[in-house]
Amino acid sequence: MKRHHLGLTLFAAWLCSVPLAADDGVFDQYRDLMGDDNPAVFVIDEGEELWFMPQGPESATLEACDLGLGPGVTAGAYVRFPRYFADADAVMDLESRLVHCMTTIQGRDLEAVTAKPYSLRGDFGTEMEALVTWLAAESEGATIAPEQTHAAERAMYSLGEEIFYYRAGPHDFSCATCHEQSGMRIRLQALPDLTSHTGAAEAWGSWPAYRISQGLVRTMGWRLRDCFRQQRWPELQMGSEASIALQTYMAVNAAGGTMTAPGLKR
Amino acid sequence: MAGRIKIRAQKKGDMTEVKALMRHPMETGMRKDQAGDPIPAHFITEVSVFHGDQPVMQGHWGAAVSANPFLGVRFAGGEAGDTVRVVWTDNQGGTGEGETTIR
Repeated sequence: MKRHHLGLTLFAAWLCSVPLAADDGVFDQYRDLMGDDNPAVFVIDEGEELWFMPQGPESATLEACDLGLGPGVTAGAYVRFPRYFADADAVMDLESRLVHCMTTIQGRDLEAVTAKPYSLRGDFGTEMEALVTWLAAESEGATIAPEQTHAAERAMYSLGEEIFYYRAGPHDFSCATCHEQSGMRIRLQALPDLTSHTGAAEAWGSWPAYRISQGLVRTMGWRLRDCFRQQRWPELQMGSEASIALQTYMAVNAAGGTMTAPGLKR
Repeated sequence: MAGRIKIRAQKKGDMTEVKALMRHPMETGMRKDQAGDPIPAHFITEVSVFHGDQPVMQGHWGAAVSANPFLGVRFAGGEAGDTVRVVWTDNQGGTGEGETTIR
């Protein structure tokens, strides 16, 4: 009987030691174990090589690509996205800007470059994933500061906010269903509150990220598309207005935070 | 793009700590692609760590090791400036190699 009591006491002690709030406890330990070793480093290298690789009918590199800070300027460019580009008369996220550069500078076919932006099962990374990973790494440590000076950029934010709260699909889900409270989780996955600065900064600042369970680096564009899938919404197209609007909403809420990407995730 | 290895080797007391990150898909052969066709097995079968010309570790790996595997090894001895080499071969005859010097 004595042993039984001891067991109960130990169990009670264990209960008290488990934090009640949702956190990534076990996963944080994994991250500590990995230290600075993130397999995303390979993808960063591959992205840099692709940027300087002549491609397409024009046999041009992407060095003439203007990411908003002038042609070929890559350092600190990612944290200013999404932003308005006069040459395309549109607010663009990094992925759609890269597509713009591939078609206009390298002369590549639009359908070909947008056919498969994100890796499928069995793939080992795409050109888009590699480029975005390298460019995000080029902004590592920089302050998130998306442009909001142009009217189109502000309109994009409002649209993003509207979509964020828009309930739809067979489950009557909105983004807000999962992402407007803090300290919540799905199973063991902590859910960031994207309406708060802290939650948005942590989320926006840590993508693109290496997903250990998939062995791939995933971009924010993919993350959003997968959220749509989980909500049983129609497939979100890369570079679509909905995708850019949601990214604008998140980036602006994250403004002032620090870019830590590429991150390391479950 | 497979075949790359990032290696760090650091002297800690009288041991040398080696950390190696390898670029490899490590396909088990059990998965199917989007079209439902099997993805061929492609994984590292043998991995070796050398201190100079001296082998200090040899491992036989299989399909259970994750994609882009991370290897940590400690061996006795080693001086700053010595070379450490990590070599692998996979089931499709591919090889990868990386080298660094002990810090």
